[in-house]
Amino acid sequence: MFGWANPKRFMELSGAVLPWVAGAAGLFLIVGLYLSVTAPPDYQQGDSVRIMFVHVPAAWISMMAYGWMALASAIGLINRHPLADVAAKEAAPLGTLFTALALITGSLWGRPMWGTYWVWDARLTSFLLLLFLYFGYMALWNAIEDETRAARAAAILALVGAVNLPIIEFSVDWWSTLHQGESIVRVNGPLIAPVFLWPLFLMAAGYTTLFFALLLVRMRTEILARRSRTLILQADG
Amino acid sequence: MNSFWALLVRDIRLATRAGGSAMLALAFFAAVLIFVPFAIGSNSRLLAEVGAGVVWIAAVLAALLALDRLFQADFEDGSLDLLALGPLSLEAIVAAKIAAHWLTTGLPLTILSPLLALLFDIPSPAFPALVVSLAVGTPAVSAIGSIGGALTLTVRRGGLILPLLILPLLSPVVIFGAGAVLSAETGLANGAFWLLAAFSMGAVVLSPFAGAAAARLNLSG
Repeated sequence: MFGWANPKRFMELSGAVLPWVAGAAGLFLIVGLYLSVTAPPDYQQGDSVRIMFVHVPAAWISMMAYGWMALASAIGLINRHPLADVAAKEAAPLGTLFTALALITGSLWGRPMWGTYWVWDARLTSFLLLLFLYFGYMALWNAIEDETRAARAAAILALVGAVNLPIIEFSVDWWSTLHQGESIVRVNGPLIAPVFLWPLFLMAAGYTTLFFALLLVRMRTEILARRSRTLILQADG
Repeated sequence: MNSFWALLVRDIRLATRAGGSAMLALAFFAAVLIFVPFAIGSNSRLLAEVGAGVVWIAAVLAALLALDRLFQADFEDGSLDLLALGPLSLEAIVAAKIAAHWLTTGLPLTILSPLLALLFDIPSPAFPALVVSLAVGTPAVSAIGSIGGALTLTVRRGGLILPLLILPLLSPVVIFGAGAVLSAETGLANGAFWLLAAFSMGAVVLSPFAGAAAARLNLSG
């Protein structure tokens, strides 16, 4: 696994993989969106149920991105590998974006369903806190000038956040709940009709591949930026 | 153990003597609470309702004030390097700093809180609950805060970024702390208090390791 972590090999490999991941993302999103739009309106929620197809996958990805960031941070911290640091660093803005997307689509969904853009419900609140964990992580990266030092400090913060996140989630759940319970991953099978489930899963696949495609682009850009910085420094002598 | 006490006593002296942060944190705590009625009105029923929560917010904010200097002052004059070379492990140094921070902010805030809670006219069953929840919960603020202090050791304006790093992590403390007071007011079973105690103990035990890791990376090189 760490053989690929050589920046040069990573650039070759990611360059070869990237078009496929991006293409898959495009395909999933197009088919997913088509099915989302053509799915019948819900008997209770009407057309606004379609917000689910852009909302729920965004929420999944925003959590997955944090998990990815924490994993890459742990690898970066333990193996002192710059590529893992880059992987963690570049996942943060994407995680922020998907978290913000989940919050915005959620509030737009909440307006017709709950009659208000925002309620202090457990799931909403924990996503808001997740957003601020991302903000803090990026702020720490920006605040420390030395790159390796910033990477390690941010990695420690990401890991502390990862340990704390389940507790935050639990405390916020304890504090208030209005959001509906789990309705997809259940022992007795999903509560959602297959006409809704298919577009949901396709959109989830689309968001996931989109996340990784964007992550690869960001990582490649960062590696090239670092290399050009080194070259400029060398040229200046 | 002797060097641990020596460091603890030194840090308490530094915080309580001229230019120290202990009195400032207390004054800030009181000032915030006195300001609250200006903003939300003097309706005593409303104040009684929000009182315990507001005291908790003010306590957390006041405890945050001193955190950016927790390690930075020692880092700047080189004494942190000497401490790290000394007999204490970095984990023990962080633990001593956490203890000193709590003894000079969390503990005085807890002692002062009944007096300020009087201004809010909160119901009498909530009084002991407020004091006990602050006494149990503020160590977690010092402990988790020390991680932030160690992470922002070299950041010039660390005090500005620290709340952004730490406040989301502190949300369980505030939720369970204020929740414990609320449960006591309504006479419900007080699960929040035990959750607060559990969180606080976990934070106090684990934070020195994270704080030491953060301090170490800033000291090396």
